[in-house]
Amino acid sequence: MREKIMYILGAAAILLLVRDIHLIAGFPPEASQGYIFKIIFFHVPAAITGMIAAAAALVASALYLMTRNLKYDAAAVAVTEVGLAFLGINLVTGSIWGRVIWGIWWTWDARLTSALICWLLYASYLMLRHAIEEPTQRATFSAVYSIFAFIDVPIVFFSIKWWRTQHPQPVFWGGGSFPHDWSMVMLWNLIAFVMLAIVMTAVRLRQEETQRELDSLRRMAHAF
Amino acid sequence: MSAVAVEGVWKFYGDYPALRDIRLAAEKGSCTALIGRNGAGKTTLLRIIAGFSRPGRGKIQIFGKGPRESGARREVGFLGHGIAVYDELSALENLMLFGRLYGLADPKRAALGWLEQTGLERVKDSLVREFSRGMRQRLAVARAFLHEPTVLLLDEPFTALDDRAIAVLQRLLREALMQGKTILMSTHQLKEALELASHVTLLNRGKVAFDGPCTPEMSADPGLVYARYGEV
Amino acid sequence: MAFLRRVLVITAKDLRAELRTKEAINASLAFALVILLLFSFAFDPSEQTTRAISGGLLWIVFAFAGTLILNRSFARELQNDCLDALIASPVSGAELFLGKALANYALVLAVELISLPVFGIFYNVRWTRQFWGLMLVLVLATWGLTVIGTIFSALTVNIRLREVMLPMLTYPILVPALMSAMQLTTILIAGQPIEGDSTAWLRMLVAFDVVYTAATVVLVETVLVG
Repeated sequence: MREKIMYILGAAAILLLVRDIHLIAGFPPEASQGYIFKIIFFHVPAAITGMIAAAAALVASALYLMTRNLKYDAAAVAVTEVGLAFLGINLVTGSIWGRVIWGIWWTWDARLTSALICWLLYASYLMLRHAIEEPTQRATFSAVYSIFAFIDVPIVFFSIKWWRTQHPQPVFWGGGSFPHDWSMVMLWNLIAFVMLAIVMTAVRLRQEETQRELDSLRRMAHAF
Repeated sequence: MSAVAVEGVWKFYGDYPALRDIRLAAEKGSCTALIGRNGAGKTTLLRIIAGFSRPGRGKIQIFGKGPRESGARREVGFLGHGIAVYDELSALENLMLFGRLYGLADPKRAALGWLEQTGLERVKDSLVREFSRGMRQRLAVARAFLHEPTVLLLDEPFTALDDRAIAVLQRLLREALMQGKTILMSTHQLKEALELASHVTLLNRGKVAFDGPCTPEMSADPGLVYARYGEV
Repeated sequence: MAFLRRVLVITAKDLRAELRTKEAINASLAFALVILLLFSFAFDPSEQTTRAISGGLLWIVFAFAGTLILNRSFARELQNDCLDALIASPVSGAELFLGKALANYALVLAVELISLPVFGIFYNVRWTRQFWGLMLVLVLATWGLTVIGTIFSALTVNIRLREVMLPMLTYPILVPALMSAMQLTTILIAGQPIEGDSTAWLRMLVAFDVVYTAATVVLVETVLVG
């Protein structure tokens, strides 16, 4: 059952993405930025998906600490890895856009820096997991780290906002040059991204559960 | 009320159950020898009773209190593989440190008393780093007994001890039993352990395979329990 | 009262053990000096350039050198399984944590206070013009560094690659605190007081300290006993 839903969800996500890409390809170039502007249709949904994943990771980690059920630990690692991939898409698309418009790959602008630090925080989470052998201890420690990392996200955002701001301000819904049907496409793309993230998380979750089963079988084999 | 009650305790490493539904009760004044092969779960069980790690399922009660409650921890003395004293501190400083942590009324007097009991009063101001192996072990014994615990948890206490330390420990354990204290010890040295034990618990693959009083024939032939219940 | 007394017993124990061997503090001091020296090759150490980047330079030195002390904090307990004895005693996780954090705090502050005049001499910078402001920043930011470092020292003590993992885990989390400290330190060493916009950084430091002290006190028991 779960598998079927995932297949359907995945197929729907891909269809939706294809449709969106088709629509986006048909849009005229934006007045001041030209074609590169269209990257925003991927850049922003990736960022939002990444943030949703971070919040989901926090929830899963907290649930693990409350219930000590390794199911939640598997969910936390799955959703963190997927979120990291989407944050990565966000960083890369942002960088490509910056190269065309600003003429540079990277600048220490507020949002760029915040996004990079979030990416680093969650990458450290995965590093920590790799360093711990024993599954129960790994689950506990990484849940604690995940909570610490999530607390840091708003602090990082504020501090870096004070530090500097260079990023273009949001442009949807009354924010100036962005037509309504473009916003709709953006929204649909976000939905497609989230669906894709859910499918990827589910696949990763399955792997994680199988891995845990293998580990315990291996322990059992060594023990006797 | 049992001194130590282990109620349906499971411990998992991932999905692998290292302890499965352990149920034990150690009455006040009893001495339980926890035996079993390496990896049977003896140390894991003792560490859970001592409150070092949480059971996956089930619970522990020490005189009716949870093992992490400070009331329960005052009752428990733990002697593990490590000597659990600081190399950079002197013998007296080490004992006074733990005396203060346990909130003893007069940490210095208690420390000096135990240094005398373990034959270390002469070197009380030397750093533990300079101690011989046997002296370190006796200090570890003093540390475990310092706060007059009523429940003693000993993990392989006779392994790696020299003769003098074994003698000190055995004398202290006998005195403790006479004072109505409760002892739980995991051990390979069946002979030394069964001399003291009133109960024997055999762990096999994380399960209790045998739990009962220590009979004279067990003391006479320490291999008996293993032979009868061990290698199933 | 009893809470505070147990905290201080742990602090005193850690400081006494450390001052007997001086392992961590010597390594940390030597490391701080080496980085201070190396920085002089990275840029032209004239007074003006140095002033402009003084905050960043100093806090990188402090964060690196501090990590050496923090790494030792729980590693010290591993030898002879001392951590077991502490956990077995009626000391709560929060008391144990705060006790060790205070000891680390004193040691890291000591390294910083020695590094500062050395920095002043090497780079020919008068750093004392806003002395008390600078001390305030030092006290606040170092507490943040210590709290995060101590809890992650406990977290990493039993795992592979301990020495590498600690900075890997702490520095990304410390970004807001270190950034605030760098901004403020640069301003103060330039001789300006903290006023107007820069008080935001001070508030950031206080918030960071409060939020993470609370979070660690809540979560430390989980880290220590699972």
